[in-house]
Amino acid sequence: MRDARAEVRRPIGLRLWLSGGWLSLLALAAIFAPLIAPHDPLAQDLFLGRLPPFWEDGTEPGYVLGTDSLGRDVLSRILYGARLALIVALVAGTLTCLIGATLGLVAGYYRGWCDRIISRFVDIWMAFPPVLFAILLIAVLGPGLISIIIAIVVIDWTRFARVIRAEAMSQGAMDYVASAQVAGRTQFGTMLTEILPNVLPTIVALLTLEMGIAVIVEAILSFVNLSISTDSPTWGGMIAEGRTSVHQAWWVLVFPLITLFLTVLSFSQLGEGLKDRFDPVLR
Amino acid sequence: MMYQVTDLHLSLPDMTRKPLVGAAPRIHILKGLTFDVPKGAVLGIVGGSGSGKSTLGRAMLRLLEPTSGQIVFDGTDVSHLIEDQLRPMRRRFQMIFQDPMSSLNPRRRVGGIIAGPLRLHGMETAGKVDDALEMVGLPRSFASRYPHELSGGQRQRVGIARAIALRPDFILADEIVSGLDVSSQAQVLNLLEDLVRELGLTLAFISHDLSVIRRLCSRIIVLDQGKIVEEAPTEALFEAPKASYTRALLQAIPLPDPYQVWD
Amino acid sequence: MSYLQIKNLDVRLKGGGPILRRVSLDVTAGQVHGLVGESGAGKSMIGKAVLGTLPRALEITGGAIMLDGTDIGTLPPAERRKRIGATAALIPQDPLTALNPSKRIGPQITRRLVDILGWRRADAQARALELLDEVHIPDPTRVMRSYPHELSGGMRQRILIASAFAAEPKLIIADEPTTALDVTVQKQILRLIAEMQKRHGTALLFVTHDLGVVSKVCDSLSVLYAGKVVEDARMQRFFMSPIHAYSRALLAATPTYTDPKGSLMPVPDTVIDAVELEIAQHDVRAQA
Repeated sequence: MRDARAEVRRPIGLRLWLSGGWLSLLALAAIFAPLIAPHDPLAQDLFLGRLPPFWEDGTEPGYVLGTDSLGRDVLSRILYGARLALIVALVAGTLTCLIGATLGLVAGYYRGWCDRIISRFVDIWMAFPPVLFAILLIAVLGPGLISIIIAIVVIDWTRFARVIRAEAMSQGAMDYVASAQVAGRTQFGTMLTEILPNVLPTIVALLTLEMGIAVIVEAILSFVNLSISTDSPTWGGMIAEGRTSVHQAWWVLVFPLITLFLTVLSFSQLGEGLKDRFDPVLR
Repeated sequence: MMYQVTDLHLSLPDMTRKPLVGAAPRIHILKGLTFDVPKGAVLGIVGGSGSGKSTLGRAMLRLLEPTSGQIVFDGTDVSHLIEDQLRPMRRRFQMIFQDPMSSLNPRRRVGGIIAGPLRLHGMETAGKVDDALEMVGLPRSFASRYPHELSGGQRQRVGIARAIALRPDFILADEIVSGLDVSSQAQVLNLLEDLVRELGLTLAFISHDLSVIRRLCSRIIVLDQGKIVEEAPTEALFEAPKASYTRALLQAIPLPDPYQVWD
Repeated sequence: MSYLQIKNLDVRLKGGGPILRRVSLDVTAGQVHGLVGESGAGKSMIGKAVLGTLPRALEITGGAIMLDGTDIGTLPPAERRKRIGATAALIPQDPLTALNPSKRIGPQITRRLVDILGWRRADAQARALELLDEVHIPDPTRVMRSYPHELSGGMRQRILIASAFAAEPKLIIADEPTTALDVTVQKQILRLIAEMQKRHGTALLFVTHDLGVVSKVCDSLSVLYAGKVVEDARMQRFFMSPIHAYSRALLAATPTYTDPKGSLMPVPDTVIDAVELEIAQHDVRAQA
């Protein structure tokens, strides 16, 4: 039969371009915030309060996206806010992934008592209402970057454990795993060399999704004033402040909201895009 | 003797009928099998679905542990050895799987798939991968391909190459042609026949299809519901089947012949 | 009376190569026509094209499908679906996935009668019982109330056969209906299909890769290679003297237990090259 399985090179999709582009832009902005931010994000100037964005009347040159009620530059605050958002996304996302995926992989591949203990633990853990749990945790630990990261990890590792367990289980039933045993590979070796590469695309997709979720959780906690101290700008904090003056100065609310939205969307799209791209198995 | 199997019983828990509390009921799959596989023989293991033929294969390779009875491989009782004790022996008994798609790791290239077991047993790989590919009639360039880039017949050749690369004494072939088109089926069977001759392999060939077994096998055991209903040299079995189940199996095969009496 | 007539059917991968190349065939009332070929030959795609269930990536680019005298390609989509539903039915390959595991057997047989053909529920119920009896299912009333997982593979295939014949279709397409079954069960199922087909005078299009099966159930057959019919023949004639080199090679490759040395000739490369050439020439002609 003629070979229809000629190698197919898939182009990098539009969504990978767009989401990757936005996130790189954001990362650059976060790293170089002190260089590119037009103003000090904390500098208040009551004479320049509630300046509208550049295309409206009554603007002041240099305040592209306007200022909030205390006269702080919205663009500069978004740029500085990106630092915190991305740190939380990367650190919390990675930690959550490591803990959850490891437990899920072990439970799904080894099965037996290992699986029973981990799964029961996950079930019990998931019975706690997550947001309340996080708020309680931060109330105990005290606000701060570390507390937020811990809160996110503690709430969300179960998501990884669940999904990766199921995935590892279905991969474990495949004959290539039996074949590794026939070849004389140890169980642990089989898990690392046979199972892990096959669940990796799922892990990557979940990881990027988790990064998006971390950004949201951080914003929610800032919104209810449980995040970092009020003087470092966060998107959630900006949204909370913007809400009170939305009728007088909508831009204070809307610009951080759009940034947040695009960032979270980009994270989830990046994950899907990567998963598609790095799956060698064409179905 | 390569294998001596004595009164082999095996039962597995039935997870579909597991009660809320307590252990799942066990299904008795193999019910007292006794047979030998002499060195250099090609044994056919035939039976319908639910006959326990695949379970038997997996027990012989000790992917499953027998509930009772004995499996002796080349003088060593392997029935209850733990994995650590089995591992050094595993090079000597290999398996070719039914579904080459699921038995080849989709994320590895063919070269890596064949080299993996060699490395585990501390054998050098470079020449052996090429040799194995050549023996199964695949070009060397295939080493850099992924399984999904191959046709069904080619994938099954890779499965064979992986098994023979270790130069085992015994190979179990579990329904290895049932998923293939007739043209690749014939090729794979011919290849296997050549390899058995060239390498002096002992082979057990599991199949539900008696028509692919006749030329390859010297001896056949017929399984039905976990029991051996007939064991005979190939010619005797085809010329004068004794068990009624064997007769039913033979008569049910549709031959490509419009004048076959098929009742 | 021709229940299914396919004329020069072309199916292509959207934005890609041909899947079927000017396939023509004709199945008359009470006849069984076999479609034989290896995987990738496109034999299942013919059935799918007739039933309007081609995968999204494929499209019909030429030719006509006449179902009971009507060119279904000319009908508007809603009308076409209705017409196909009323004249044709499918016996699927895998009895394990073809039934909905969370529904009882009864409603799965009667639904088509009630929803598509507008039967009264009681009539449909009676008809279903009658059919289950006809396919030799013991205790049909109990089976009607069972869930699929409570029944064996052979039993489920019987139910699917009953269900295919329920609305007295003119044409039934059987797509490898016994591939998943044991030989002994296969024999019973093939007999059953033949028996039902004769009794109802249905036209049957039988898709299979197994020439042995073809010789038992078909009156005529088409051999496909890469989407092209390479030989079209009456059954006896085909097995006595196949004309095309590929047909002969396919026949030689089919294992038979009766021959002690078991012929098992792989299809020679020269034959494959010759068919490939034939197909390449066909494509050139099609483009001209």
